[in-house]
Amino acid sequence: MGKTIFDKIWDKHVVETIKNGPSVLYIDKHFIHEVTSPQAFKGIEQRGVSLFRPKQTIATADHNVPTINQHLPIKDELSRMQVEQLIDNCAKHGVELYGLGHPYQGIVHVIGPELGITQPGMTIVCGDSHTSTHGAFGAIAFGIGTSEVEMVFASQCVLQMKPKKMRINIEGVLQKGVVSKDIILYIIAKISASGATGYFVEFAGSTIRSLSMEARMTICNMSIEMGARGGMIAPDETCFEYIKGRAFAPKGEAWNSCINKWRQLYSDEDAVFDNEININAAEIEPMITYGTNPGLGIAINGNIPITENIVDEGERNNIIKALKYMGLESGASLLGMPVQHIFIGSCTNSRIEDLREVAALVKGKQKNSSVHVMIVPGSQQVAKQVHAEGLDHIFAAAGFQIRQAGCSACLGMNEDKIPFGEYCISTSNRNFEGRQGAGARTLLASPLTAAASAITGVVTDIRELI
Amino acid sequence: MKELQEIKSRFVPLPMENIDTDQIIPARFLKSTTRDGFGKNLFRDWRYLNNDESTPKIDFALNQSQFTGEILVAGKNFGCGSSREHAAWALLDYGFNAVVSSFFADIFKNNALNNGVLPVTVSEAFLQQIFDQGCDSSLSINVEAQTITIDATGASSYFDINPYKKTCLLNGYDDIDFLLSRKELISEFEKTTTI
Repeated sequence: MGKTIFDKIWDKHVVETIKNGPSVLYIDKHFIHEVTSPQAFKGIEQRGVSLFRPKQTIATADHNVPTINQHLPIKDELSRMQVEQLIDNCAKHGVELYGLGHPYQGIVHVIGPELGITQPGMTIVCGDSHTSTHGAFGAIAFGIGTSEVEMVFASQCVLQMKPKKMRINIEGVLQKGVVSKDIILYIIAKISASGATGYFVEFAGSTIRSLSMEARMTICNMSIEMGARGGMIAPDETCFEYIKGRAFAPKGEAWNSCINKWRQLYSDEDAVFDNEININAAEIEPMITYGTNPGLGIAINGNIPITENIVDEGERNNIIKALKYMGLESGASLLGMPVQHIFIGSCTNSRIEDLREVAALVKGKQKNSSVHVMIVPGSQQVAKQVHAEGLDHIFAAAGFQIRQAGCSACLGMNEDKIPFGEYCISTSNRNFEGRQGAGARTLLASPLTAAASAITGVVTDIRELI
Repeated sequence: MKELQEIKSRFVPLPMENIDTDQIIPARFLKSTTRDGFGKNLFRDWRYLNNDESTPKIDFALNQSQFTGEILVAGKNFGCGSSREHAAWALLDYGFNAVVSSFFADIFKNNALNNGVLPVTVSEAFLQQIFDQGCDSSLSINVEAQTITIDATGASSYFDINPYKKTCLLNGYDDIDFLLSRKELISEFEKTTTI
């Protein structure tokens, strides 16, 4: 029987399998950040052991950093202490840190790929659920808890049960105005926020093949939002072209030998998946969420479900509760609804390609005066590129505020929050209650939908502007 | 990690689906660098009006004195979203040693087990039977037998747990000790395997 790409990489990284239990899985790259690592450092110190392979861990500060005046000391005392502790821990344990002020600093899932650290065939973990992003390169990448961060520190391994395998095939050509964010929001709406729990998902098909690496990352990034352990895409020429020449990409002879190995990373024709889903790309429309989990999404020109028609009681109560929080009506359309905030950023949609798309749309236009628009580049490198290409002038002329790299209003951990009761169209990944600030109401959408709505001040179908 | 063999306790019902880790512990409370003290902020924004401890929301189960105990019972897809282990720490710190649901998110389940908080997966029907009980009803969970029983009715259900993880829970072993004991094997693996 043939193997899936997941099997090929997994099998190669299993050190040992405990009888009737998990496998000891070897980890090639471990990313850490300030929020989920301090307790793990403390843990190994209390055990009196040192980091087993410190060179395979890379650190950055992203979740809890301010996105203005990063050259000044962090005002919030707890945040400052957390970031300082990361600096101390990395220095003490020999971990490379791309901290605030470093040209490589940024959101952990943006910097790994853009620096060429993320490569096909690797196992990659990080104490962050959106680690699935790196799967776009044909790597097994997944989020872990802090106890597991400590496991990697101690042994460069984690204990994992082998997940089931799902393949989602997307075939055909996307409609104009539909981008990768719409694909993944469509899939999650179709299979629900728990539809892939217990699975590792491979995204395949002609639509996926036609996407850029940035677009693929957006899709793999949100695999976790349908419950999947991770998502991945077989590497191809688009992938190799993206990696080539990046700071930590293999060079010279090593590059050639890597490419040869990476070309073997695909699911064999006779490989068997536990579940397979087929999607016609032409059916996907620009998407937006109306509820408080990423599965509660609709086509932007569609209507919120009529709650009394929902048969399953649990689901009905769930949506009633969500609509109450969101201040929205059963059966209503979102088009034309005023919004107060636009957030363009996060590990889902803060890469240079996202910002280029936004700039192309808003060039020569102005935001609506009733909307506050915040653009937060994913990394220092992205910010540098924004300036190099003059996109900052376009944003400034449109009245969009550009901030410095970090996770920012995606999770509302620093001061970038959406006020109570106000609506935000966000290019991030989660619309949970209070996620962007207590009482904040999040509508997830693509960067294009966010930019179009920034110009009009209301929820807008991007297809009306192009 | 402490040993966990049996729990006999009343329970707190949260009959809601998709309770995500942002609700269990909001991001603004993740600035601590220790594992302690998260319990006071467990379900913070569902517990208090305007983030104010002097104005508890009286319709929330944790604020209703008739509900108490070491067991939280919640709707399906409990613990979805962020991988923050702080969610498991907050539950433990508050005093919960087990969570019962019909479905758990993967990362939360691992995090819970790694902290000796037992995730007990039961059928939708059995979950409903628990929700139907009065507030003074208690549940008995036996890790060795892998059973959960509604004491008032005697209704019992078997639950699944990985045999390795079961041994860890019963004896208080942790994965890190196990992995440390495998260092030589891992070094050998590194020498013989080219990725």
